[in-house]
Amino acid sequence: MSLTPPIVAPDQGVGDPAPGVRPDELSSRRRPRAVRRTTGRERLEILVFVLPALVLMALFVGWPVLSAVRMSLYRWRGFGPMDDFVGLDNYRRVLTDDVFTQAVTHNLTIVVLSILIQLPLGLGAALLLNRRMRGRGVVRTLIFVPYVLAEVIAGVIWFQLLIPETGVVDGLLGGVGVAAPDQGFLGTPGLALGTVMAVLTWKYLGLAILLFLAGLQSVPEEVYEAAQLDGASWWQTQWRVVVPLLGPTIRTWCFLSMIGSLQLFDMVWVLTGGGPANATTTMATYLITQGTQRGNYGIAGAASVVLFVIGVVMAALYQRLVLRRDTRIER
Amino acid sequence: MSTVSDRARGGGNPAVYVIALAVVALSVGPVLYGALNGFRSNEQLASNPAGLPDPWRLDNYSSVLTSGEFWRYATNSMAVAALTTLVAVGAGVMAAYPLARYDFRFREPVFMVFVLGLLFPLATAIIPLSIFVSRDLQLSNTWWGVALPQAAFALPVTVVILRPFLMALPRELEEAALIDGSSRIGVFWRIALPLSRPALITVGVLAFVGSWNSYLLPLLLLQGEMRTLPLGVADYSTQYSADTAGVLAFTTVATLPALILFLALQGRIVNGLQGAVKG
Repeated sequence: MSLTPPIVAPDQGVGDPAPGVRPDELSSRRRPRAVRRTTGRERLEILVFVLPALVLMALFVGWPVLSAVRMSLYRWRGFGPMDDFVGLDNYRRVLTDDVFTQAVTHNLTIVVLSILIQLPLGLGAALLLNRRMRGRGVVRTLIFVPYVLAEVIAGVIWFQLLIPETGVVDGLLGGVGVAAPDQGFLGTPGLALGTVMAVLTWKYLGLAILLFLAGLQSVPEEVYEAAQLDGASWWQTQWRVVVPLLGPTIRTWCFLSMIGSLQLFDMVWVLTGGGPANATTTMATYLITQGTQRGNYGIAGAASVVLFVIGVVMAALYQRLVLRRDTRIER
Repeated sequence: MSTVSDRARGGGNPAVYVIALAVVALSVGPVLYGALNGFRSNEQLASNPAGLPDPWRLDNYSSVLTSGEFWRYATNSMAVAALTTLVAVGAGVMAAYPLARYDFRFREPVFMVFVLGLLFPLATAIIPLSIFVSRDLQLSNTWWGVALPQAAFALPVTVVILRPFLMALPRELEEAALIDGSSRIGVFWRIALPLSRPALITVGVLAFVGSWNSYLLPLLLLQGEMRTLPLGVADYSTQYSADTAGVLAFTTVATLPALILFLALQGRIVNGLQGAVKG
């Protein structure tokens, strides 16, 4: 599957994207603006424009996150003064709680599997749907349907489809002679997480395809023509030229997917409530159960801080290991 | 769009159509099943789970559409989503404008605040947030109490998508307007806003659909009369879990508004996202 002998080294076409591939990069960094000193009046304008957004973020994002940190240091039942300071004891209890460590494992499993399953499927589908075909618009539209559904709605639909014995899934399986598990797919501890994963894949594949298609729209027409002239087959063109150009889009999607998987709540809550026997708990279902249901607000706070820290660490590692390439290619 | 590149992209061949059909069937199948089973009775469902409606019965849907509860939930969902969208897009475009068109010392740090905002999971903030909204702001069981925090969490995405778009607007227009004696704020109103309409529609739809579908925050803040559709659907599903046909009719109707909105504007959303996903 290689271009031999390459008249133009394939990576030359990649390292030097055609002008206009990344206009946002060009306008922000490449083109030095005439840096004018901002006048006092302009500074006031900037402040007035940026302030509402910053105030909203500070009140409803920053402050609650700080409060979660504070809450995690106290034993507090949700009422009365928060004065029973216990230091890091809540963290000790959370990190030694088997249910929580399982939850972290489930989240990380979902992070990894989402990328491993959705990346090849989504990329393949996007490349195919980027071809000229009749009815392409309709196909594109219909593929996004699961993504637009609320997680709760998708969860309720699948919950109904997966009801043991009387549900559609068991009915269809029975029709082709496959015996469904007695407790149902969501009721069997060994199968529940896999089933949740399958529903998540069904729901979020559309988003991957949507983003990859958006990225494909910005691959300039000349790239296809150049590859064609160099005698590349369709597969070679996709694999060696188009996919590398999609790199930034793919990396952005991976990042969004990771953050989303870490926060998973709605779907699990509706499908299994974290059961059976904690087989599908996630960090978010754990902290809601501990906080609003059992009144262990300190434990919930510690769990939510751990969730945040895991997210930040993952993002930082991702930035170091993966996203750095985007900025390096720019040179 | 020349014919040379048509061959390089690949035309449609039968295999492509088969795969496309399979992907579509898998995507839409379960939703369609849910919608169709809403037209059946529970007895029909039990006797033949995978069958089609025969005869078609409208009573599940008519009972959803004539129930006062459904319309109350729908009104709440609509109001919360509209307020969320209004605040997120309004505050978002106001913040994105100077970040895109002015050169000032704290520009990148301020932008980083929004980028980092993408990292803050709602799950981390949710419990203190619900306590803050209900006890300190006294806004539990109100539309605003859900809409304001949701708008705040929608802001990072909004700003990150809008900024490259506003950056790409040609400077000449701005300069011409300034020479003609327009103020910066006039430029924002008369030039930047009208020209960025496609991007505004994109972030608006994303904020609206996100709010329409949200569950966790309403779950902790809204009770009884004030609940939104996802809460209503989830409660109905646990309360009447045996009434599969009724539940499926309810979920189908609850989905339609967001579905129609998103699918009608889908092409624009793809275009609007282009600037944002280019890394």
